Amino acid sequence: MTERMGFFTDTSVCIGCKACEVACKEWNDVPDDGFVFRATSYDNTGSLGASTWRHVAFIEELSRVPAGPGQSGDGGSEGIEGWLMSSDVCKHCTHAACLDVCPTGALFRTEFGTVVVQADVCNGCGYCVPACPYGVIDRRERDGRAFKCTMCYDRQLGGLEPACAKACPTDSIQFGPLEELRTRAEERVERLHEEGRPQARLYGASPGDGVGGAGAFFLLLADPEVYGLPPDPVVTTRDLPTMWRWAAGAALSLVGAVAVSFLGRG
Amino acid sequence: MTREREMVPEAEFRSYYGQPVIKPPVWHEPHMPTYLYLGGLSGASSVMGAAARLSGYGRLARTAGVTAALGATAGAVFLVAELGRPERFLNMLRVFKPTSPMSMGSWILAVHSGLTAVAAASEVAGARPVSRPAVARPAFRVTGARPASRPAARPVSRVAGYLPSAVAAVLPLAGGAASLIAGVATGPLMATYTAVLLADTAVPAWHEAHRELPFMFAGSALASAGAAGMLATPRAEAGPARAVAVLGAAVETAAGAVLERRLGLAGEPYHQGKAGRRMRAARVLTAGGGLLATVAGRSRALTALSGLALTAGSLLVRFGVLEAGRASAADPKYTVVPQRRRLAAGEPASLPPPARTWP
Repeated sequence: MTERMGFFTDTSVCIGCKACEVACKEWNDVPDDGFVFRATSYDNTGSLGASTWRHVAFIEELSRVPAGPGQSGDGGSEGIEGWLMSSDVCKHCTHAACLDVCPTGALFRTEFGTVVVQADVCNGCGYCVPACPYGVIDRRERDGRAFKCTMCYDRQLGGLEPACAKACPTDSIQFGPLEELRTRAEERVERLHEEGRPQARLYGASPGDGVGGAGAFFLLLADPEVYGLPPDPVVTTRDLPTMWRWAAGAALSLVGAVAVSFLGRG
Repeated sequence: MTREREMVPEAEFRSYYGQPVIKPPVWHEPHMPTYLYLGGLSGASSVMGAAARLSGYGRLARTAGVTAALGATAGAVFLVAELGRPERFLNMLRVFKPTSPMSMGSWILAVHSGLTAVAAASEVAGARPVSRPAVARPAFRVTGARPASRPAARPVSRVAGYLPSAVAAVLPLAGGAASLIAGVATGPLMATYTAVLLADTAVPAWHEAHRELPFMFAGSALASAGAAGMLATPRAEAGPARAVAVLGAAVETAAGAVLERRLGLAGEPYHQGKAGRRMRAARVLTAGGGLLATVAGRSRALTALSGLALTAGSLLVRFGVLEAGRASAADPKYTVVPQRRRLAAGEPASLPPPARTWP
């Protein structure tokens, strides 16, 4: 157990069955999301959140309209050319902003290189929520604490693969040692390119990106923002030293301003 | 670079059904912005209190010291209200974590409220002189400074008369030391760390403003502390408080102007919608209050008007900043477009490869 484990989500074979969402909820005993009909697509869970640790995005590609919704005008008359489906999950970043900013140590790095919230330590301060550049972690309002995907830490401890990967009928969600997955993913992209799908690209696989590489990365068939993913995320704490320097400058100016206010009055 | 930028026009970007990419901050109103205001008020007041002590402004030192202690205490109450339960604040002190501005802030608040409480206690204990021989002098004093309301041999107050003699003997010394430490260390940090707290998030309007926000908050803190000082101190001694208020209002206004000029797209939420209305109102109140403070010395009514305007402006700017952050998180444009531009310009965000492997 010395290897960093990860997810490779190959969206080119996702069929949008939501078995991952259901398996995740069942295994982790995650509460329901409240049965909200969004009236935008077949996606009624909408986004990742405190009670949605796997989320299947449904993107309706309208014919002749390359842009996303809201710009498509009368979508009904144009027809759907195809669907993009993608099962989103916590990225388990190498440089995880949520983990960095957690003031209680409730978030920790496991022996598998994943990022997990300890529910019994979480203080509910909510700081991890806006810190995440992917908008993954959220606070469950009735509960007051923050929750997100654990990559089934308990199952991994027992030598099992996470519930979502286990339940995926098309192997769109693959679990394994991260290095191995990256090699496999690159081969898959090459094959798709050969098959005439030049739009296939990896997202979050590079260890040199703004979060130091994600522990859960994706093969996408369109730009990341089409799936609701940030195109070029950065771990927010990258600029923390700069921020403290500016704050120190402001603090010194404050003392200076007070000193000036008292000078020449004695 | 110009050509590549043109490929990503401002209005055009793709998103997932217009849904936000990042999660909006979950912090509540009025708890969080009020805490930000009180923290700033307390921090800047403690700086003003220490300066007043050092330069012999007795009454101003007392009101500023008490304001600093009350501000820190009330701030802690609002913070606990935000967290939900008092133990949760204590939980914050289980770890000391430099990568978390929230953790550092909890420690700053804890130490600062302790220091300001001791400083204020010594001020209050020394508040009403009665005829008893002097015990101890303050630990420090600027030579040649105006003695003001404090006579050379400082008598022990009526309050101090009820204290155990050991406490009464130590309190002035401890109060002086606490006031000095709060004035030069925890106070200035208290007034500015909240800017780092907001900036260290993925919220574009906050993260991109990490240079201006500390100055805006420091200015706002000075303005509020100056306002409290001039409202609660007799005119003869309120001069420095008025100067603090004027300087604070100027710094806050200037930082706000620079922020809007420099931020571009990420700065948009600061002047649109609800956040825009709050920021504009805050600017009018702060600038107006600051200008009034320059001439308020002669009139009690003008002083009151200026002090109230500055207080309202300082409070409102925190509500405005919080709302701007929320608006910038809610619209995927502010997350996607700058990142797209960065990629189009061939400057993707990058980090050195991880230093550690996964054992």
